Amino acid sequence: MPPSNASPEAIDWSAAPDNGPPGKPAPRPERRIGSLEVLAALLVLLVVFRDFVAGLVSGAALQTWTTVFVSVLVQAVPFLVFGVVLSAVIAVFVPRSFWAKALPKHPALAVPAAGMAGVVLPGCECGSVPIAGSLIRRGVTPAAALAFLLAAPAINPIVLTATAVAFPGKPEMVIGRGVASLVVAVAMGWLWLRLGKAEWIRMPRRPDLDDMSRARAFWAACRHDVMHAGGFLVLGAAAAATINVVVPESWLQRLADQPVLSVLALAALAVLLSICSEADAFVAASLSQFSLTSRLVFLVVGPMVDLKLIAMQTGVFGRRFVWRFAPATLATAILVGSGFGVVLL
Amino acid sequence: MNRLAQAVVLLLFGGAILRASFTDLYLRYVKEGLRPFLIGAGLLLVAAAVMTIWYSLRGGGAGHEEHDGHAEHDDDDDGHGHHEPRVGWLLILPVLGLLLVAPPALGSYAAGQAGTVAAAAPASGSDYPPLPAGDPAPIGLLDYASRALFDSGRSLTGRTLKLTGFITPAPDGKPMLARMVLSCCAADGRPIKLGLAGKAPNEVPADTWVEVVGVYTAQKGKDPVNDAEVAYLEVSSWQEVPQPKQPYA
Repeated sequence: MPPSNASPEAIDWSAAPDNGPPGKPAPRPERRIGSLEVLAALLVLLVVFRDFVAGLVSGAALQTWTTVFVSVLVQAVPFLVFGVVLSAVIAVFVPRSFWAKALPKHPALAVPAAGMAGVVLPGCECGSVPIAGSLIRRGVTPAAALAFLLAAPAINPIVLTATAVAFPGKPEMVIGRGVASLVVAVAMGWLWLRLGKAEWIRMPRRPDLDDMSRARAFWAACRHDVMHAGGFLVLGAAAAATINVVVPESWLQRLADQPVLSVLALAALAVLLSICSEADAFVAASLSQFSLTSRLVFLVVGPMVDLKLIAMQTGVFGRRFVWRFAPATLATAILVGSGFGVVLL
Repeated sequence: MNRLAQAVVLLLFGGAILRASFTDLYLRYVKEGLRPFLIGAGLLLVAAAVMTIWYSLRGGGAGHEEHDGHAEHDDDDDGHGHHEPRVGWLLILPVLGLLLVAPPALGSYAAGQAGTVAAAAPASGSDYPPLPAGDPAPIGLLDYASRALFDSGRSLTGRTLKLTGFITPAPDGKPMLARMVLSCCAADGRPIKLGLAGKAPNEVPADTWVEVVGVYTAQKGKDPVNDAEVAYLEVSSWQEVPQPKQPYA
């Protein structure tokens, strides 16, 4: 990364002058109210008005919303932290040259290789977003990193085992899920090679890690990614909780009998509910009035496109990227998923 | 948000996760098996906060100051790069949720919105294992429903049974016994519902936890939400109980 001239308005979060380290010439003599002061005031207010805040959350629907919101986050935190730590390791301890050696030279071959690499990394989708971001920063071709991003949450051993447990006696469901997800991931990687433009991806500015000690760089990367991906995860969890509470399941009943509509309905449900890929098979199993094909589409779409992921990908890759990538992935996943469903199930 | 403020948010977030996993609070939201991972994640978050504070207080030589605005490669047209750090403020919301609000486990509202879990056939096509000893014998709702619906209650007849769950009203106003089944977190929680015949607790408000004692009945119903079959229990007695430590099945 060539150091460019930092535009002054861009430095709005790290370089707050009033909290700069001692010894640094203070550019402004009078103290400005910085984010630390705002945070402190906010926390004091929250503790003082604690009962009032807790009282706001009464009423069954709002209470359920809060429960689902908190639980999506609690569930995601270990995976988020795991992903962030791994991505910081990639950013700080794995030399750039490693990726050139580890992946096939030709991008078209690197894509399936990266997709297959997803198989061995057990994790939820929340973890794979920062990892894929870190891979791109370290010079991995975006197409391969995207194939990894899509494949890792869908086809790792934990998820496939959960699918087998949720659909006892239906191994074709497990095979269908694994193969269809891999096909979608590789297809999206190749599609990116053909049509993708590098300028669509806008990674957030991250502290420049190269001229820091390794330990310091590691913790700076961790901090930055948790704040960042975590913030967008909060947005996604709020959206998922809203859908969970607002959309009663009985609406779906009417669609279950129509083959095409049921596929689209469950694809939409997968996007909206944003369930962890390790749990979605159990939800799919309980949607027993729907055809197996539509449930397979639910399982293929869910780990690749959902509200939580869209929010996190917006944070890590930028809006212009997500606009194009999410709908294209959704369409590919629906097509491939229903194709496999018709053939296999 | 500057680095110290970020460190405080990280510290609170990690602390809230740790507190929830050292009390039984986390059981309202996730499965018990996640606990070691929650503790690990919470410790790492706290460590990241402490290291951030340490590095910013120590200051590192002036030459080693982080240049966060450094790597900007092109000028923004949509102001995207500008908002990112602010999104970190949102992490206060889960802290608030865990430390101040601590919402309760899913109850009858969620149970009424989703259809009952489909009962499962016995594993490997064999018979159901014998009921646990005791009179009345304790049995889970899902286990009862499976035995009642798939086995016509053959493994249940002749025994008095004890089930614990919360009351949720059926669409016709009659009480049902329910328990939420989690596979991962409360977002995928689904109810298992049982109809109550006999001396059902009719006047108990929704969300009351009860322990009912009764026997198998062949009566069956349908959950209107997803048309799944619902098993019934012939209640002989019931009593209110406190919510169990592990609220989900």
